[in-house]
Amino acid sequence: MKDLASTQSKRIEVRSRVLLGKIALFALFVLLCTLLSLLVGRYPAPYVQSPQAIFSDPMALNLVVNYRLPRILLSLLLGATLSASGVVLQMIFRNPLVEPGFLGVSQGAAFGASLAIIFLGGSLLTTEIVAALFGILGLFLSVFLARRLRYGGWVLRLVLAGIAVSALFSAGVGVLKYLADPLKQLPEITFWLLGGLWGSDWHQVIYVVPFVLPALFILYLIRWRLNILTLDESTAFSLGVRPGKEKMLVLALSVIPVAVMVSVAGIVGWVGLIIPHISRKLVGANSQFSFPASLFLGALFCLFCDTIARTLLWGEIPLGILTSLIGAFIFLLILTRPSSRGFV
Amino acid sequence: MSALSLSEVSFSYIPGEPVIKDVSFSLESGRILALLGPNGSGKTTLLHLILGQLSPEKGKIEIFGREIRSYSRSELSKIIGLARQEERVAFEFTVLEYVLLGRAPYLGPLEAPGSEDYKMAVQALERTGTLHLQDRFLTSLSGGEKQLVIIARALAQMPGILLLDEPLAHLDLKNQSMLLEVLENLREQGVTIIFSTHDPNSTSIVADQVLLLRKGSSLQFGPPGDVLEKEKLQSTYGVPIRVLETEGERYVFPENGRRRKRVV
Repeated sequence: MKDLASTQSKRIEVRSRVLLGKIALFALFVLLCTLLSLLVGRYPAPYVQSPQAIFSDPMALNLVVNYRLPRILLSLLLGATLSASGVVLQMIFRNPLVEPGFLGVSQGAAFGASLAIIFLGGSLLTTEIVAALFGILGLFLSVFLARRLRYGGWVLRLVLAGIAVSALFSAGVGVLKYLADPLKQLPEITFWLLGGLWGSDWHQVIYVVPFVLPALFILYLIRWRLNILTLDESTAFSLGVRPGKEKMLVLALSVIPVAVMVSVAGIVGWVGLIIPHISRKLVGANSQFSFPASLFLGALFCLFCDTIARTLLWGEIPLGILTSLIGAFIFLLILTRPSSRGFV
Repeated sequence: MSALSLSEVSFSYIPGEPVIKDVSFSLESGRILALLGPNGSGKTTLLHLILGQLSPEKGKIEIFGREIRSYSRSELSKIIGLARQEERVAFEFTVLEYVLLGRAPYLGPLEAPGSEDYKMAVQALERTGTLHLQDRFLTSLSGGEKQLVIIARALAQMPGILLLDEPLAHLDLKNQSMLLEVLENLREQGVTIIFSTHDPNSTSIVADQVLLLRKGSSLQFGPPGDVLEKEKLQSTYGVPIRVLETEGERYVFPENGRRRKRVV
């Protein structure tokens, strides 16, 4: 019996190594695409430029180092955060159709941003901070309301509370749009709501990194344990876990960085929904592998969409439009495939 | 040594409306106990009390001679395993990935399973005769196979006590037979098993002891031969009952089935 067990366990170790190899490949691909993306833009000429063309032009070099590079880093962080949060939320809610915007965070941030644009002058920093605060407020309101609902289990109560809080903030955004100056403030709000990383610089990178990287790092460390949170409460409890407390901790770790990223990038939809599905298809449902795979694939997806957003046309295409367009297309593709394993 | 003993344990979800009332019994190590009673008689609540997920309002629960409250969460999870038939798994884990979750009590919060855990998971699958299913998706298994794999996950915890919630419900005869064989093997290996059931016949096949529950009160505790008596079962289930005895074992049927036979 022991011999069979050790033969089998060696087989499992080999399989784990294959999955780790796949993830390393995704990471390498992100690195290569990042380097390539540095050479893609509208200056000195549209689309791909040779490194020589950039290094020989001081203005191009300045543009790449001070604007293009921070923007690329933000797109990577945005994609990684939204997808990581998507994996975590889908697992703790035991529902593969949940995404980070679910718990009042996105609509809360949208309300905060609109408020800042109309009443607080709308400077970039003010808008970001107020949006992040309202995003986190959206999460807290959802949790607070869920604790007071007298209907269904904890997950259902959180989902219902999240829908109610999102609807309230969304109505609030409607009112603020109605009040906004149609020539100046309204376009600004609309553009913010569509999502995008225009005007990114190093200040924004410095602003998001302290929130995003530690949270993603902790989630990465506890990635295997996320599997246990997908089990029902009694079973998780019998495995030595305190499911209620651990879910709240993991929820905060996954949603707070989303609120911070949304405050910089606006509402960028679909990333947190489809990337976890694609990751599960490629490396399986075990979060030990699907979590890191989602980090890299999410980063890759946002990098790809944002590179198109800033390059394809003379003007900026809002990132949220591209992620929704491409995301919805991929979503339909997965759904209409004969065996759609990710949607159990 | 007694693996589990309860003395005058009571519990209520709503104050003043107890769902478990003064339940007392003691179970030797390596025995199988059936918690028998109709739906809503408090079987699952009693399992949750033994698991430590609920705390008794009154009375004392002892696990291997120590009061349950003196164990830490982590200690208890290495002693008691739980397998629920209704367990819903939302994602497509393979059988092996799922069974590995049973190693959680032995892993720190930042740890993932290593080669020792893989070995234990493989052994747990062997003990339930499900090693050949290891690469299948849990969602693709039959009811009986899934139930055995859920038990394997609990066995990967290396528990001395295994709690099973309605393990035989919704299983056909072949799957019931597979499961009963596994339970008997586990008993031989010294595992104490407590399972809940609303079917009296499954208790006479496999259980050493039966605790008959009605509305949270213990009506009787003893070997199946003593507990499966016509009057006691009639008062528990509230319907006329017929008890048949063959080869020293008792089987229970509702009385109206017999009347229908006469008409035919």
